[in-house]
Amino acid sequence: MDIKKTIVTIVAVFTTVAGTTVGAETFRYSTSGDILGLDPYTNNEGPTNTMKSNLYEGLLHRSHDLSLHPALATDWEQNTPTQWRFNLRKGVTFHNGNPFTADDVLASLDRIRQPDSDMTFAVASIDRIDKIDDHTIDIITKNPDPTLLLNLPLFWIMDKEWLEENDAFTLETGATVKTFANLNVNGTGPFMLSEWVPDTRTVLRPNPNWWGTPTHNLTEAVFTPIGNAATRVAALLSGEIDLMYPVPLQDIPRLENTPGITALQGAELRTIFFGFDQHRDELLDMPGSGKNPFKDVRVRKAFYQAINIEAIKRAVMRNASIPAGLMIAPGINGYQADMNDRFAYDPEESKRLLAEAGYPDGFEVTLDCPNDRYVNDEAICIAVVPMLKRVGIDVKLNAQTKSLHFQKIGQTENWNTSFFMLGWTPGSYDAHNPLNQLMSVDGEGQGTWNSGRYSNPRVEELTDLVAKETDTAKRNEMIREAFQIHKDEVGHIPLHQQALAWGIGKRVKEVKQRPFNDVDLRYVIMN
Amino acid sequence: MLAFIIRRLFQSLLVMVAVGFIAFSLFNFVGDPVNNMVGIDATIEERQRMAESLGLNDPFPVQFARFAANAVRGDFGQSFRLSVPVEDAIAERLPATLELVFVAALLSLAIGVPLGVYTGLHRNSPLSRLLLTVSLIGISLPTFLIGILLILVFSVWLNWLPSFGRGETVDIGWQSNLVSLDGLRSIILPALTLCLFQLTLVMRLVRAEMLEVLRTDYIKFARARGLTNRAVHFGHALKNTLVPVITITGLQIGNLIAFAIITETVFQWPGMGLLFLQAIQFVDIPVMAAYLCLVAFIFVLINLVVDLLYYTIDPRLRIDKRVHGQ
Repeated sequence: MDIKKTIVTIVAVFTTVAGTTVGAETFRYSTSGDILGLDPYTNNEGPTNTMKSNLYEGLLHRSHDLSLHPALATDWEQNTPTQWRFNLRKGVTFHNGNPFTADDVLASLDRIRQPDSDMTFAVASIDRIDKIDDHTIDIITKNPDPTLLLNLPLFWIMDKEWLEENDAFTLETGATVKTFANLNVNGTGPFMLSEWVPDTRTVLRPNPNWWGTPTHNLTEAVFTPIGNAATRVAALLSGEIDLMYPVPLQDIPRLENTPGITALQGAELRTIFFGFDQHRDELLDMPGSGKNPFKDVRVRKAFYQAINIEAIKRAVMRNASIPAGLMIAPGINGYQADMNDRFAYDPEESKRLLAEAGYPDGFEVTLDCPNDRYVNDEAICIAVVPMLKRVGIDVKLNAQTKSLHFQKIGQTENWNTSFFMLGWTPGSYDAHNPLNQLMSVDGEGQGTWNSGRYSNPRVEELTDLVAKETDTAKRNEMIREAFQIHKDEVGHIPLHQQALAWGIGKRVKEVKQRPFNDVDLRYVIMN
Repeated sequence: MLAFIIRRLFQSLLVMVAVGFIAFSLFNFVGDPVNNMVGIDATIEERQRMAESLGLNDPFPVQFARFAANAVRGDFGQSFRLSVPVEDAIAERLPATLELVFVAALLSLAIGVPLGVYTGLHRNSPLSRLLLTVSLIGISLPTFLIGILLILVFSVWLNWLPSFGRGETVDIGWQSNLVSLDGLRSIILPALTLCLFQLTLVMRLVRAEMLEVLRTDYIKFARARGLTNRAVHFGHALKNTLVPVITITGLQIGNLIAFAIITETVFQWPGMGLLFLQAIQFVDIPVMAAYLCLVAFIFVLINLVVDLLYYTIDPRLRIDKRVHGQ
């Protein structure tokens, strides 16, 4: 039969070309969502920032082990508490061939500080930058800033001429956004953009004129977002992609049992925690009572000790979590290893504390929880409900999608929550960030995500001091004191750091897993 | 005739406005887009600025009026997520969806009709029973599961076909999958997934129609004239079953476009459905509004065309009118 023959031929043709189009050192990787844009000063979002850090560079570079290294600055020194001298790297060019000079740094500062920028936090402490000569600048901070260097890797330097030629200097967001710098790239980074097709692929190739010695051996990198986790796993198993993350926890054993595939696990920097409303005089769930039990530290501690974190680790997280007693993870500047222990799991003590606080029969409260933001976020909340029920607390679970969750517990709805889950990674890798955002309320720009409005006068004071103290030992003491108060007062209930899980195919020889759960192409080596 | 068309057009317009209004009022419940746009480190002031610049602080009637006024001019605003005009984002993805739907519809006819004929002619054969049973399974399994199963078999186990994406597309006025080998390989699994429901429908419809037609007198006469089985089955019987099949297929095109959301998500197929789903996750209100209006428009258009076709095909409609008019 002719038809039969034709079909056989077609199948033969189709199957023989499978997988032959990929070059030897093309690295294909995937995660759940696409980058949001390429403008270095909009969209402050993890995976987007990582993509931009392949293309753009700051004065400093943060390596895979979180250590800081010279990038566009070769060295620096602090002359006075508020004046820093930076020597800029000579002979560096942007992707379009323009030379990199001090003027580019000054123009970048002007651009990143526009009102519509999402990255102002990275330069918030900088008062001005003075040009000394083409390759020397002075950064003048408003106050002594011990975290200046920590923030500089996120201050990516753009090319002044390129911005002017393309009328891309002004940053606009919202309904009238200008898109040139969001769709095109001209950085100094080790990779250059070949193409970005939104939701389909981002293709990068190495920058042949990069100033440094490449630590990768790629000739091309293709990033593909695949939203569906099962499809992503399948694409790795079939060899269509070389690396993907996150691996769903239930698929880790499967990948480990597949020859040639490895599951790389490590601890993430994000801390997951619960918080309570300590501000309102009357709990949202107890209208007419005039009471807010969470104002009493005994009630907060009772909640803490009713939660069996080991059970959550074992049953919900499949051992892919590291229980935490602090609001920051190991690796963050200011982390105190000896303070990371938790209050013991002790339901009897919880009941006693509740009775002592005047709630022997417990009370009813709503737990706000996201269901698509953190690893098994809703499952953790579901597990906590019966644990609290055991000590008499009736928890109504309100689990919903992240945009609704963050709207409800955020400033938009005036922190409309009594008991909530949140996760936090300090953007600056420093303890001041959570002190500022999660544990204080009284200053400008403070407490955006302090949804329970936790406030202690001494912690507020220490937070402001930590921002300015440049003596490392003194500063560390202040951080310790603030964390100790917060812990004794049970300002929040830290739960754990979730584990990262990457699936890696056999074409990859070595890849460095950074604890911020993203792939820096600088550290990928293919077979 | 003209009055009929004008009346229908007017009704269609009302439907569009209603869809726009309902869709827009739902957007109050999908959450706050600002958080997705500014990042977690943004201060309260920055958030308020963003909400202001997006017009989110205006009361609902003002937001809807602004949307409607712009939409009439074909301007659906700027996508929050992609920072490009919504029309551009949709125009870029429309070909992917239409090609997928086209191939799926084609497959459902090319496979469904022969199977329907076979099961109609040999209704008691074991193969027919098997096909009907399997088709029941196909119709009851959810689309995403079928997609995952196909990926497991053809991508992971056999390594024949890609598990995601469009592969290499070629610009033929639009980005097309249909002219390159890689593109064709990429479209097979998603099209198969999408067409399965429709295929079952076509097969069962053809079978039922065949059984009906084979009982009619003119088939008996054809046999009496000594025509070959082939001429009777395909020349006379099948031809007469095709009218309802074509009608149903046409009407199902709208459903295919709507169902494509799930298939596109499973296969990371960069079409309108995927765009819409990501818009929901990101609370990209302009994209959601434009997509819903577009789908409503497609349905309205298909129904209008079908109504007009009936009007032309069915002589009784016209005669009635004429009699009525005299």
